[in-house]
Amino acid sequence: MANKGLSSAEELEKLRKEILSKRDPSKPVVTVCTGTACQTYGSLEIYREFADEIRKQGLEGSVVEAKPTGCHGFCEQGPIVVIFPQEICYVKVKLEDVTEIVSRTLAQGGVIERLLYKEPITGERIAKDPDIPFYKNQMRIVFGNNRYINPRYIDDYIALGGYSALSKALFQMTPEQVLEEIKKSNLRGRGGGGFPTGIKWETTRNALGEPKYVIVNCDEGDPGAYMDRSVMEGNPHAVLEGLVIGAYAIGSQEGFIYVRQEYPIAYENTIQAIKQAEEYGFLGENILSSGFDFKVKVHRGAGAFVSGESTALMSAIEGKVGEPKMKYVHTAVSGIKGRPSCLNNVETWANVPLIINKGAGWFNSIGTERSKGTKIFSLVGKVNNTGLVEVPMGMTLRRLIYDIGGGIPNGKKFKAVQTGGPSGGVIPEQYLDTPIDFDELAKLGSMMGSGGTVVMDEDTCMVDTARYFISFCCEESCGKCIPCREGLRMLREILTDICEGKGQEGDIEAIEDIAKVMQDASLCALGTTAANPALTTLKYFRGEYQAHIKEKRCPAKACKALTSYYIDPEKCTACMICFKNCPTEAIHGGKGIIHWIEQAKCIKCNTCFEVCPPRFSAVRRLSGEPLPPTPAPGTKVIREKVR
Amino acid sequence: MVSKTKSPKLTKVSRAVSKAVGSYQRDKDMLIQILLDLQSMFGWLSREVLTEVSEQLEVPITQVYQIASYYKAFSLTPKGRHIIKVCLGTACQVRGSPRLLDTISAMLNMKPHETSEDMRFTLETVNCLGCCAMGPVVVVDGTYHSKPSTPALRKILETAK
Repeated sequence: MANKGLSSAEELEKLRKEILSKRDPSKPVVTVCTGTACQTYGSLEIYREFADEIRKQGLEGSVVEAKPTGCHGFCEQGPIVVIFPQEICYVKVKLEDVTEIVSRTLAQGGVIERLLYKEPITGERIAKDPDIPFYKNQMRIVFGNNRYINPRYIDDYIALGGYSALSKALFQMTPEQVLEEIKKSNLRGRGGGGFPTGIKWETTRNALGEPKYVIVNCDEGDPGAYMDRSVMEGNPHAVLEGLVIGAYAIGSQEGFIYVRQEYPIAYENTIQAIKQAEEYGFLGENILSSGFDFKVKVHRGAGAFVSGESTALMSAIEGKVGEPKMKYVHTAVSGIKGRPSCLNNVETWANVPLIINKGAGWFNSIGTERSKGTKIFSLVGKVNNTGLVEVPMGMTLRRLIYDIGGGIPNGKKFKAVQTGGPSGGVIPEQYLDTPIDFDELAKLGSMMGSGGTVVMDEDTCMVDTARYFISFCCEESCGKCIPCREGLRMLREILTDICEGKGQEGDIEAIEDIAKVMQDASLCALGTTAANPALTTLKYFRGEYQAHIKEKRCPAKACKALTSYYIDPEKCTACMICFKNCPTEAIHGGKGIIHWIEQAKCIKCNTCFEVCPPRFSAVRRLSGEPLPPTPAPGTKVIREKVR
Repeated sequence: MVSKTKSPKLTKVSRAVSKAVGSYQRDKDMLIQILLDLQSMFGWLSREVLTEVSEQLEVPITQVYQIASYYKAFSLTPKGRHIIKVCLGTACQVRGSPRLLDTISAMLNMKPHETSEDMRFTLETVNCLGCCAMGPVVVVDGTYHSKPSTPALRKILETAK
């Protein structure tokens, strides 16, 4: 086949034309999101059903096509199906909808109203995905191509202009010019540090020692964040292309991609992408006959959060225990096996081909003064539109959470947003108009981090949130340095005590003292930032801490030891719903007999509170107040006649 | 008798290790990758597996053990027939997964990270599976369950024999 082993920029363009000439832009294509979230909803079966159904209805071949793609981002509404060229978007598609979609939409171009996205406030059905508010307010330059690409098929990436940036870098630019362009773009590391990428590249390029290494960090460990996975899964060639361009600029012939083992699809797609890129001549020896050689290996992480730290990650690549080392000398100068090693995050690498193709000036036109370009966030927690969103730097938190995220579900009140993962902090309502970039969130004591954005409502206890993150870091601390290991253990003890109603005077001050020592004396960024969730919750929600300590009350009614559940006998209609759902059989009563909770058996799982129909709202949560008496066993419901 | 029952098992382990080590060209840097392959093959890393890796890859047993005990992906004890994973990632946490964990824990009368005596269940927790829109999520033997109700959980656990 002529399309393998491309040996010049011209051959690549010729291939691109060939691929495009075979594609009819008016031919209906049904794309099914097969990102991890949609797959868990069964989207792979839906894709297969589409392929079968198209065959059954005799539409295969040139008439219509079904294509599995990476994550589209709108995970809340999954499985997502988009039909091109009209861009009709169907949400929450079920297996039994497939036949109808094929016969009505694919074959005749008709729209099935009931499968369209319904705007929750106006109730209006929106047909095309660019018109859905969730998508409309985004700027999807890195992430947007996911919806067009079958990640296991390199031709899809080439059809969209893929590898043209590599060919431009290799044939029209010197390594110095590539480096200069990245420096001028002011691209900063998307993994959380925000270090200028161009300067990092230059340091590795100028460092003494051969060979030099380039590394993709896809060890995304922040709980509640999955941006990198979706890029690696859905568009692996964009990352690979960026990596090869970086290697060319830096003068590296060997690279590594470090993927968490918890991300099996990302791992498989990366392996497949490398294989295809090698076949096509974008990787390996003498890339596109330019004389430049580059090979890449994939390593799976074995489950250690701290391995995302650069020195620890490099130890893991050497097959050793992933513990951080002191950075007397930066890894850019002395990394893997003591050689200069340039580590960048997935999203950072994926930005590189765009900058080379469109220029540093274009990139500088997006974003704020000191943070350029876009950023992908994973918007999760108590928000209506959970999913991945890409927005220009500088968008306010309010627009992100309300205009794109659709606000807080069930009419609850916004309380705080947690950004930056376990190293970040919480931001309360009064700062919702803060523009999101590397520097602004840091001023509030939090950070943008890699993009995890967890929205919390009035039911979330801030002390418990701090306890959660501290426990997380406590378990993930490698234990090498004392401030982190012991400091976290002590913080966890104090915070657990407070949550359990055993807090004492002086606890708040102790937290602040320990946090200070950890910030000053820990070895790596995990330790120096681990106390941030505790410090920011204290800064903005000190009253909640005091209520736990002094009044033994949890204002959010979330801390189990301080909360009791009670069924209001006046409101209980003995409907048996909570009775049946209670996992520990703590609820007594029966049909027509008012229910009551046996406190000794209650594990405070919140199930009864959640299942009690809102029109009754008989289950109450009490904190810091005495429990009212329970009705005498066997009390019958007196039903009022409905007038 | 003992040698009869043990010897085929030993060869099975050594053959598997030999294959895993060979697939990475006996590269010592690939120790973690080799152990990952063996972990997914056996479901846990026995003493025999670790010793065999140490001998075949010519890496001290202390180093093999250090890796196997440091990283979370490795288990040094056998696991139950059914693996229950409760996601405790931040998004699931905010949506009430600790309560879900308590519920399952109470139903099975087991603490998190334990394996039941009859080897039927292992109850694990994970930090984020990346399907936050479904949270709180429980994965039983690879099947994802979004916000399961108590009766639904009872059914899921009862069908897993």
